[in-house]
Amino acid sequence: MAIIEAHDIKKSYGNLEVLHDVDLSVREGEILGLIGPSGSGKSTLLRILDLIEPANEGELSVFGIDTIADRGSWLDLRRRMGMLFQRPIVFNASVYDNVAMGLRYRRAPRDDIDRKVKDALEAVGLSRYIKSRATDLSGGEQQRVALSRVLVTDPEILFLDEPTANLDPTSTATIEAIVTRLNREANMTVVISTHDLAQGQRLAHRVGVMLEGMIAQTGASREIFHEPKDRRIARFVGVQNIVPGRVVSRSDGLTVVEARGKQILSTTPPPADEVEMIVRGEDISLHRREPGHEEAENLFPATVTAIEPTAPFVNVTVHCGCDLVALVTARRAETLGLREGIEVWVSLQAKAVHLIPQAEGGKLTDTG
Amino acid sequence: MKTRVISGGLLRGGREASLTRWKENRKRYVDWCTIGFCILGGLLVGITVLAIANMATAELANPAHLIEVATSSEVIGSILLTFCAGANAVLLLVFFGTPLAYVLARSRPSRFKGVVESIVDIPLILPHTVAGLLVYLLFMRRGWLGAPFGEIGLAFEDAYPGTVIAMLFVASPFFINTMREGFEKVPVHLENVARTLGASTFTTFRTVTLPLSLRHMYSGAILAWGRAIGEFAGVIMIAYYPFIISTLIYHSFTTDGIQTSRSIAFTVILISFGVFYLLRRMTRFMGRYDDRV
Repeated sequence: MAIIEAHDIKKSYGNLEVLHDVDLSVREGEILGLIGPSGSGKSTLLRILDLIEPANEGELSVFGIDTIADRGSWLDLRRRMGMLFQRPIVFNASVYDNVAMGLRYRRAPRDDIDRKVKDALEAVGLSRYIKSRATDLSGGEQQRVALSRVLVTDPEILFLDEPTANLDPTSTATIEAIVTRLNREANMTVVISTHDLAQGQRLAHRVGVMLEGMIAQTGASREIFHEPKDRRIARFVGVQNIVPGRVVSRSDGLTVVEARGKQILSTTPPPADEVEMIVRGEDISLHRREPGHEEAENLFPATVTAIEPTAPFVNVTVHCGCDLVALVTARRAETLGLREGIEVWVSLQAKAVHLIPQAEGGKLTDTG
Repeated sequence: MKTRVISGGLLRGGREASLTRWKENRKRYVDWCTIGFCILGGLLVGITVLAIANMATAELANPAHLIEVATSSEVIGSILLTFCAGANAVLLLVFFGTPLAYVLARSRPSRFKGVVESIVDIPLILPHTVAGLLVYLLFMRRGWLGAPFGEIGLAFEDAYPGTVIAMLFVASPFFINTMREGFEKVPVHLENVARTLGASTFTTFRTVTLPLSLRHMYSGAILAWGRAIGEFAGVIMIAYYPFIISTLIYHSFTTDGIQTSRSIAFTVILISFGVFYLLRRMTRFMGRYDDRV
């Protein structure tokens, strides 16, 4: 069941239109990851969904209540949701007072506040700082205070706006662990925006890609990362190889694509005659000797033309008519004894080759 | 004993040597810019000091007269009246001006907002006599507002409410603009956090925005109060009586002559300076400022 349903949301500040026709539905109990580059409108969308600011146009229902028709219900609805912002924001007061804010706004009894605040601080591992001044804590600790300040109010939907963008790995891990546990145990619906692709993939059940103020694609993270709908999305989700080609035949569920005289198999049904092959670097394996040929696999020799370390991986560019970039671990690169100029065998499963229709004018670029 | 003397002498020698070296260094790094600025600023402060010193020498030469004038019930009553009327005007300003300042601070620029801002600033740019006339014509017995208020028994002409309303009019931009500056300094992020935690707009204002702008409210109130009690032309048009302090000085200047009016003026200077100095000192106890974002 959809807990948030947004249609054609538009928002502009002055002459700048930040969101154009955003459609999004969030299911109850899921973790939805919104990924997108900075400035794509993720934060604005979250603020609108959390009912902090109104959209200029569009329909939005939260918990099944039409928020456009019923403006009077906003405060009540907002009290059933919570939001954690990108920058750790704490008030210049004790940690206890910070965490108690939400409960005080709800006029909870004092004993209740006391118990819940202590529990919430326990959960984020900050009990020992309960009397400290919140502004004296480190950035990571402040963000954990901010998280417990949200959680103490038992939100049914939790919005996280790049919550770990500038935090240390430990605080990031703590926050991620808490969020996934609450989602699993309390069935809390979570919408998390992030520009950290790995985090999106790690946490989210479903991922939405936001580009230039629109939701470009939503789906399971495997789908987004391996079968992006178009070139822009592919670029954003870190696909190294986008190779234009032409479909030459189709048989036994396999599409044969010709690119620069080389025939490559794909399991994707051909979306058009002129296509682009989307291949993630980590799906390409390199071998020193010719390995045994498996079914539905592309296997061909190639020459290493460039090696670029990006710890802990190495980007290896191989030439085989067209250029392909393979992602191998540093250790594997060492074992293979990779260096520029040597011959290697490239193996690539047909199901790792995703096909999209060629964008207009896309033929001349990215041809390696 | 002896060693101590010797070592003391040695130490002093060393210290002096380093002191002269330090002095040499200092000579080399004269910052002419700062010195120039200090001289220019000094001239300005100097004029005020000179004017007060000039008056003080004359007054302190005849302390008996000064004390006689300063303790006269007429002067004390007038000073109290002025301060009270000013405070009254400021209270009204705080009540009506604070919401306006918040709206101005948070709204997006628009033509309408520009017009409202200009209206707020009108008392700043008008000659005070014009301000006085405006207030008089509106609040006089037959004025648009004076007439209905008169019917419920609230008279402004030559009465305390008239003094307050004139002061309110001329002091309002000082309070509103300062308060607005304070609100603008409170990050919207902090308000958003409070709202996500379940606070309504007013609760957010009451618990987050206002506490963080208390210092601006305080200094805006002091500014406005200072402006209010110093008003003359704006007030005499509608309320020549009861005498506020500036009217009293003007009155005694034209009837009793220089000596009495100077004594009153000197008393006012001493009291105002003392009061404002204390109020400024108290600023440090006001409000929390340092919320990090």
